Amino acid sequence: MDLNRLEQDSEFRWRIPAAAPMNVPGILYGDREQILQMDDKVYEQLRNVTMLPGLAGPVYAMPDAHWGYGFPIGGVAAFDADAGGVVSAGGVGFDISCGVRMLHTGMQADDIGDARTALADSLYANIPAGVGSEGSISLDDASMRAMLQGGAQWAVDQGYGTAADLDRTEERGCIAGADPEAVSERARKRQRREMGTLGSGNHYLEVQRVAEILDPATAAAYGLAVDELVISIHCGSRGLGHQIGTDFLREMLLAAETFGIALPDRELACAPIQSELGQRYIGAMRAGMNCALANRQIITHLTRAVFRDLFPQAELSMLYDVSHNICKVETHVVDGVARELHVHRKGATRAFGPGNPDIDESLREAGQPVLIGGSMGTGSYVLAGTTESEERALSSACHGAGRAMSRRKARREYGGRQVVDDLASRGIDVRSPSLRGIAEEAPLAYKDVNRVVDNAARAGLARKVARLAPVVCIKG
Amino acid sequence: MHGRSWEHFEHDADIGLRASASSRDGLFEAMAEALTALITDPGTVRPVESVPIRCEAPDDALLLTDWLNALVYEMATRRMLFGDWQVSIEDHALDAVAKGEPVDRDRHQPVVEVKGATYTSLFVNQDSSGTWHGQCIVDV
Repeated sequence: MDLNRLEQDSEFRWRIPAAAPMNVPGILYGDREQILQMDDKVYEQLRNVTMLPGLAGPVYAMPDAHWGYGFPIGGVAAFDADAGGVVSAGGVGFDISCGVRMLHTGMQADDIGDARTALADSLYANIPAGVGSEGSISLDDASMRAMLQGGAQWAVDQGYGTAADLDRTEERGCIAGADPEAVSERARKRQRREMGTLGSGNHYLEVQRVAEILDPATAAAYGLAVDELVISIHCGSRGLGHQIGTDFLREMLLAAETFGIALPDRELACAPIQSELGQRYIGAMRAGMNCALANRQIITHLTRAVFRDLFPQAELSMLYDVSHNICKVETHVVDGVARELHVHRKGATRAFGPGNPDIDESLREAGQPVLIGGSMGTGSYVLAGTTESEERALSSACHGAGRAMSRRKARREYGGRQVVDDLASRGIDVRSPSLRGIAEEAPLAYKDVNRVVDNAARAGLARKVARLAPVVCIKG
Repeated sequence: MHGRSWEHFEHDADIGLRASASSRDGLFEAMAEALTALITDPGTVRPVESVPIRCEAPDDALLLTDWLNALVYEMATRRMLFGDWQVSIEDHALDAVAKGEPVDRDRHQPVVEVKGATYTSLFVNQDSSGTWHGQCIVDV
């Protein structure tokens, strides 16, 4: 990115000054080198978002920001319904409520013994992943409606988990205001056989070892200790969310003119929050969020069954579940005034600081866990929300490493078999239906997650709690 | 398959499809082939089942995303891959038959599921020599 087009607010904060037709400034977080390495498309896409109506304060790009569609990935924008603000299907994207769930296991890394391969095989056999996979649960119309309304709470009621899981899930596993009737028949049909499936692309289930504790007090509050095994589940609302995105992007694009909205990029298709279309999308999107929460809950159940079989001593309890592709209504202080805003986070994680009443009481003092996925080989992080993040980026942080090279380039550079063998030699068992898929997800195809997380922490968006190293990785 | 070509182009998070053809029908067929090529080698897909697809849109660019999204939907709900397409477009109404077979994970080694076609960097146009060009970024 050309730094000449930016003003530098501080070592880790850069500004695109608001100049017509922008309505607000754009703020980017990252050190000089990271911003330099960002594609100019991030600048363009962030600037496009600043032109949308009803924005409350600046639009933000997290340190892992990269070229997306409509919004940059790593983009955060908040809109005020009373000021003509919009909700954007493009600002949420196709993978509604994609997020990360982390589970404790109560096991130490050594407890796996020589069962690592058996664990990888069993997880791969029991958790549907990849193109053409199907879940074992088929939903009829009434069950589909109940799932879209009830989210992870519905899944727990069906026997896929316990009430304690819900305490540690964003929205206690069920976002209010979901409208199953706003979800098209096509979206429901696409989901019918996809409950409890991981999907493909960058989605995964990993068994990870806590490699390093970076904030002992917070790690203790989260129940994390060095060498403990944890499980990360990264997936979203599957075909249902993808189809909701497809349906509403088209409808919002065609309706934009009738609302008098000039779209700087058609992918920013949106509608006023207070319009019938805006409200219908919000209802459908929330149903999509409930689908994602139910999906991760069912995968949790499947994972527990695998561990129970191989390691009867394991106890898979929830650390947290948080989404990173969603629009939520939250209260934030903008220019000294508390306002109820529709906050879009696309490839950005909500990061509420200590004391926030929306965090479960058991975690409230420490701040919300922020779960960051890295690549198959480089590891992941647990961060915690900070008080400063509220003022800096509406309590938001990064969500992952971000790609460093395109899928096509990764495919040319790496062989899937070579990646699997290299990782195996480092003690990481990978299972996937596709070697080409593994090549496209090769560790070096991603940016250095350490650097992204360092910059998020140094910018005050979140603080580092623990670094995790992969042991077993199931890729779709 | 004559008189048309396609390629995938670089995108940070997702992937771009780009194609050219001597006719608009051919362009849409080439874009469908580029879509399948994200998932598997189109040459490995046997045309044993036919699926009719119809779309209508206010312009060619939207018709292209509608076409690609219809293929994504049929692949997802039928658990199929497509390897052959016959497209016929009148004005902005598309009538097509996509031929393929159920996903065979061993033989097709499917790489990635496509979530949807986006409107970013989307275009369909015809140059002065009469050749049709189009591109679309899809979310994977």
